[in-house]
This record gives sequence, structure tokens and C-alpha cells, in this order.
Amino acid sequence: MNELPGDLRFTAEHEWLRQEEDGSVTIGITDHAQAALGDLVYVELPEVDQELESGNEMAVVESVKAASDVYAPMSGVVLAVNEVLADDPEKINADPYGDGWIVRIQPGDESVDTMSPDEYQEFLDTLDD
Amino acid sequence: MPFIPHTDDEVQQMLQTIGANRIADLFDEIPKELLIDDLRGVPDALSEMEITRLMRERAARDGSPLCFIGAGAYEHHIPSVVWDITTRGEFYSAYTPYQAEASQGTLQTIYEFQSMITSLTGLYASNASLYDGASALAEAALMAVRSNRRNKSRRVLLASGVNRTYRKVAEAIAGSQGLTFDELPLEQATGVSDLNALSAEGDAPVAVVIQQPTFFGTLERIDEITNWAHAQGALVIAVVNPTSLSLLKAPAQWGEQGADIACGEGQPLGVPLSSGGPYFGFMACAEKLVRQMPGRIVGRTTDLDGKPGFTLTLQAREQHIRRSKATSNICTNQGLMVTAATIYMSLLGHGGLQQVALRSEERTRALLQRLTAIDGVTLVFSGAHFHEAVLQLPQAVAPLLDKLAADGILGGYDLSVEYPELGNALLVCATETKTDADLDAYATALGRHLAND
Repeated sequence: MNELPGDLRFTAEHEWLRQEEDGSVTIGITDHAQAALGDLVYVELPEVDQELESGNEMAVVESVKAASDVYAPMSGVVLAVNEVLADDPEKINADPYGDGWIVRIQPGDESVDTMSPDEYQEFLDTLDD
Repeated sequence: MPFIPHTDDEVQQMLQTIGANRIADLFDEIPKELLIDDLRGVPDALSEMEITRLMRERAARDGSPLCFIGAGAYEHHIPSVVWDITTRGEFYSAYTPYQAEASQGTLQTIYEFQSMITSLTGLYASNASLYDGASALAEAALMAVRSNRRNKSRRVLLASGVNRTYRKVAEAIAGSQGLTFDELPLEQATGVSDLNALSAEGDAPVAVVIQQPTFFGTLERIDEITNWAHAQGALVIAVVNPTSLSLLKAPAQWGEQGADIACGEGQPLGVPLSSGGPYFGFMACAEKLVRQMPGRIVGRTTDLDGKPGFTLTLQAREQHIRRSKATSNICTNQGLMVTAATIYMSLLGHGGLQQVALRSEERTRALLQRLTAIDGVTLVFSGAHFHEAVLQLPQAVAPLLDKLAADGILGGYDLSVEYPELGNALLVCATETKTDADLDAYATALGRHLAND
């Protein structure tokens, strides 16, 4: 398991969130998630300006054998999507915490439960059994 | 591979293993009111002997009439070797081959079929087939909406020459998913879409459907409509007759950018008329849309030893993988019909298919010459057409067709029901199967019935 970047927060749905300086939040899926899915072949992205509701489908990542939802970890409005993924979905496999980011949102008001890198690592350890 | 049903003992053993008493217990979570005990209108089972006799009697009722009906299904000569090969044990299955390790032959056949369809349409990818031409159009419309999310419209604009039965099927399937279907008006002189009406179009549609040749056999101005649709931000769906593609411009060449999706009825490619089915739909699309294509695609790959092999691919949106994410729940691959079509196309080759198309068009011209020589019978639409045309008769169509049927002639498709504005209009078709004597017989009979009234 790669080291988890310290400036990220994590969800039980295997998404990561990074608070940006301008108040926006960047979201992707974790290294664990991309490894479990295998080679990604397609990513269905939300539209810019689309309103996201916490817990609802935000994007779909498709591997050869499965199409999996990516859930919005918090409500908000989509500021930007990673257009590169349309042609290069494997960026998520190669660099899930960097070039493989999925969306950047302007978050809504409510706070959401997320995990620190250490907490997420513990959570992953419970899944390995 | 034999498919042997379970014996009663085996069923009991399986039930015991999982702790159930009866098969019905497996369904006990389904509310009682949703369970159907009897299928209403379906009679009790018959023995093989009884069924064989019933089918023979019904088939005999069809007789062997001379058929001049096209209207979406076409009587072409099917070389006997097509079904001799298709019905061999190795091919004879309608089963979709999910298990690559046990199905290389069938998978390769589908792969060849897809290659032939992409060759005919000029488009990037073809799926392994759909139910029929009409449901293929419905799926194409839904696919266009998924692929064209920037366009918020849910309106699909149909050229006037799109088969109205296809429209009804598309409305039944896609209408419940919020799509509406509108039609462009027909230009009365030529029998193709009125281009002047395009400028009057208000909201940009999400997709424009063009049928070529039209239901009336006429040829649309495909380039103009395609360019207009793309300028509006709409995708273009081409509904095409595969036989005609050996002569006419491939959908990928329509307009400046080409049609985005092509679909149609595959029956003309080696599938007998069979009183209306089973047939199969085909579908092909541009590269950028391939992820939204319903159904399955067979891909060619190499195994760990570097040997070539075939496998279902792009199936992450299939209902057996992820039902809720499926692109379609009715995308069944018509395996047996597709096998026949693949063998038909491989035997004829491009040149053979072109001969079928040319000969059919030539036969239709010869028929029209004979029929329009009869007093009061005129050709309705001017301009180019392909192996099908509309005639205006001096009398109501239906009674005439009955009289012709009594002579053993199926005289065409009565347009006056669906298109009352066309008057006593009859759609006729001749394929390569019709001899001069056949055409003479039709013309003589029609002339006689018209003169007698």
C-alpha cells in the first residue's frame, strides 16, 4: 500500500477529498479503490455547474468488467471536472491522488464525516480480513 | 454442447441442499398478487405431433404467393447453403456466448458480422445485434440522449420517411423514458423531407433520424439534413437498408461529419420473411459514442500464449454485470439470425450484394413500367428511389389487394391506412427474385381488376 498523502481526507466509499485554498474541494478515488477496480477504461463525469447531493451518484468509473458509482461525499456545485479522463481514464490508475482527480466542487454548508489518512488506513486494514 | 434439463430427482436434491421443499418456495419473497398462475390466452401444452400438424396447416394457409410487399421486410434469394451451414450443430443456438472458453466459434462469427456491418456503414464499431430494426431505432434514440448530454432536449426529430411502425416502437420503448418524437413534413412532389421546414424548427432536437431509402423507397437529401442537425447540436441517426449500402453512400459519409449512429433491419441479409420474424436489428456508431452503445461487442484479443482469441468486451454496462447501470435491458443478441446474415454476406461478398441491389432496383423499374402503363395508375413521387415506390390507384387499395391475393399475388403495402393524405396509395416492391413472367402476371391481374370495376 502506498503512503496516503497527509493533506487528504477520506470516506468509507474510498474517495479522497482535498480542501483547496480558495475554499473549493477536489475529489478523487483512492489508490485502494483504483487497485480494486483494475484497469479503468471509461469515466463518466458530471457536468460543470451541476448540483451534487451528498450520497448521490456523482460519476461512474468503468473497468473492463464493472461499472461502479462514485458518490458525492458532500453536497455542492461542480466547479470543474478532469476532462483529461475522457481520453485517459487510466490516469486514475497511474496517479489517483494527482493527475487522476475527478471533480472540484464548491461545497455546500453541511459538514461531512471523513477520515484522516491514519483512520482510513485502519479502516482499510479491517477490510483485508 | 448438450443442454440437458434436470431430472426430478436432481431437482429434489438441489432443493434439499438449500433447505427448500418446493420450487415455489424459491419465489416466496414475491408478493402473492404479483404471481401469475396461468398465462391467459396461452393454451395448454401440445404434443410434438400435434404442434407439427398445427404448424404445417398454418404454413400451408400462406400458400406460395408472388410477393410484391416490401415496407421494411424484403424477399431476397437466400442461397440454400446459408441455412445449411447456419443450422449445423456448431452454430445452431440463439444463446449469447458469455463463456469465451467454450464459444470461440460463435464469438468469431459475431466478430466477423460486426466487421461486415462496420464495412457497410463506414462507422467505427458495431454491436452483436439487437432484436429488430424498430427496437434498434429506439435504442439508438436512447443512446443519442446518453451521448449528447450537452443538449438538454429530450426531443427526437424524425424525417418524414421513417417507417411509422419504427416510430411507434420507439415511442413505446423510449417514450416512457421521457423522449418525445416529432416528424418533419413530407414534400408532396418528391416524397422526401421538406428542407424548408428545417428553418421553422424551434428547439434544437437531441437527435435527428433519417431513413435512407425512406419508407416510400425515395432517397432523402441526407447531406443537407445531416449538416443541419449537426449545426443544431443534434446527433444524426441513420436508419438504413443493408442491401442498399452496397450502392448508396455509407452513413459515415453523410454530410460533412457523417451520421453518428446507424441502425436498421438485418432481415434482408439472408433471413427469410417467415410471416414477420424472427428478424434482427443491427447498430453501428462513431468511435466517440462506443461506450454508450447498448448490447455486446465481441473483440479480438490474444491470450497469455499470444494466440488469437475472441471475447465479449465493452460489457460493463450489460445487465448480467450491473443491471442498474445497463445501457439497455432489451438488447438481446439475435445469434442465429446474425449467423445466417454473416454467412450470407460472406458468400455474396460486396460484389454479390451490389448485384442483388442493382437487380432489385432494375426489377422494380420494370414493374413500375408495366403498372403505370395501366390506365389511371401513376407514380406518386418523382426523383430517385431504391427498389420500392409508391403508386396512385384510381380505386380504393384494400379491395384491390384482396382480389389480387385471390390470384395468388401479394400486391404491395396499403399506404392509405397510415397515410390517408396520400389517397389511394400503394407501396410496391420488386426484388431480384421476380421474373418477367411474375411482373407480367401482376400487371395483367391489376389491369383486369381495374377494368372490371
